[in-house]
Amino acid sequence: MKYMLLFVGPPTDGPDQAVPQCTVEDWIAYDKQMKDAGIWVSGNALADLTTCTSVKVDADGQRIVTDGPFAESREVLGGYDIIDVPDLDVALDWAARSPGARDGGSVQVRPVAEFGL
Amino acid sequence: MVGGEQRHHLAGRGLETDPAAVRASVAAVFREEHGRLLATLVRRFGDLHLAEEAAAEAVEAALTHWPVSGVPTRPGGWLLTTARRRAVDRIRRDRTLALRIAVLQAEADRADPAPAADVDRDLPDDRLALFFTCAHPALTEEDRVALTLRCLGGLTTAEVARAFLVPEATMAQRIVRAKRKIRDARIPFRVPGVDELPQRLPGVLQAVYSIFTEGYAASSGPNLQRLDLAEEAIRLARILHRLLPAQRETAGLLGLLLLVHARRHTRTGPDGVPVLLDEQDRRRWDRPMIGEGCALARTALTGGPPGPYGLQAAIAALHDEAPDVAGTDWPQIVALYDVLLRVAPSPVVALNRAVAVAMRDGPAAGLALLDELATEPRLQAYHPLPAARADLLHRLGRHADAADAYRQAVDLAGTDPERDQLRRRLAEAEAAARVD
Repeated sequence: MKYMLLFVGPPTDGPDQAVPQCTVEDWIAYDKQMKDAGIWVSGNALADLTTCTSVKVDADGQRIVTDGPFAESREVLGGYDIIDVPDLDVALDWAARSPGARDGGSVQVRPVAEFGL
Repeated sequence: MVGGEQRHHLAGRGLETDPAAVRASVAAVFREEHGRLLATLVRRFGDLHLAEEAAAEAVEAALTHWPVSGVPTRPGGWLLTTARRRAVDRIRRDRTLALRIAVLQAEADRADPAPAADVDRDLPDDRLALFFTCAHPALTEEDRVALTLRCLGGLTTAEVARAFLVPEATMAQRIVRAKRKIRDARIPFRVPGVDELPQRLPGVLQAVYSIFTEGYAASSGPNLQRLDLAEEAIRLARILHRLLPAQRETAGLLGLLLLVHARRHTRTGPDGVPVLLDEQDRRRWDRPMIGEGCALARTALTGGPPGPYGLQAAIAALHDEAPDVAGTDWPQIVALYDVLLRVAPSPVVALNRAVAVAMRDGPAAGLALLDELATEPRLQAYHPLPAARADLLHRLGRHADAADAYRQAVDLAGTDPERDQLRRRLAEAEAAARVD
């Protein structure tokens, strides 16, 4: 079963800069663990939130493009991985092992929907 | 094995064909076998919903066949065979289900050893895995309690709804949503490994404890105690203790429940009003149950650092063994609360400790500790806090202050009997205040 691990954390320019953050090396090691275990399907880190642009289309078909994400979002999606594991317990183990679960961050674990199995 | 999980074998009773008797037999067998039957079916098919449907169909079939052919010698086995067949029929009818089950089964076969056999019974015992599924941390606490009652207690949705005083439709929705999450997020049906148990077992114990506390001191409604719920919790705690005998906290939980339940006949007066510990007729406490509970409390506290249930069991044991309130070993109780406060800190534990300190060192010392808790946000609507303050103020001769505190407690109490008992104390305090 495929699960998406969504790594959410405080904004990188936020007030929590004093908190030690996980390093790039931590993420490279985590990536390697998943690939070595043969469970990694796909995944990416996302570029800084300041590069984000939102778009929506209104009822008249007008495109509305705005800078940044929704103003009210206090947690920022920093990246994701999709893994293929037997059940939620295994998915939670991988999520807990990730650098994104520490230092004030959290990992949302979401099953990928399966249609017309 | 400690104690006796109630056995309900109808084998050897001969053919029973009276319809009412058969109905009663099916109900009795189903009540006892439901958890085992369901757990076996979930292990076999990997789908809780399918397992429930198949189990319900097997019971219906029993109600049709047993009046004609008699109650079979192995009713549990009969129900399992029938339920399996019904499940397979359903899978054949439903292609999507069949595919999903095939995938689950292939994975289960890879991962799982054979189920634990129980030579004593005609059904294997897979209930421990079901306990861990129902109390999985990915479910809310309310869902865990409801699923545990429904799947392992064998209560219907209507009965679970009644137990928690919510409308049946609300409970049905909650159970459907929880089962859907188990299926769609694929919460596994397995007993956690030894390394995971310290993290996972408390959730299972908490679900059983919550069932008991709802029975022991109903949070609302006309009655203070609901003994059927308390007894169901004890039955489940017994099963857990039998399945996980090496886990001292399962002994602690069962011990605690027995030691508290041993006082059930004296906790309320004839009018349903609660009777406090100092006024209870201790001759009417259930001595055999106290004996069993004390032995379990000793087991729970032997051989390592104690857990919260073992500590609470030990505190309950000291109360149960004391001849009266004055003869209670309060220094020891305070010492146990000190440890409990470190192991499982909570404002309610701090409140109980303060009351014990008042018994050891006098009401002024207890009152000082209670006043430190006055700003605790989690105790703002908790009537035992003003009630305890009121009792201590009364003992200190500050009757007008005591009356004020009793009034606060009356406003916060959730059940009619509790309000009545507090009003009685309020009247005493008011009378004393007039004399002052």
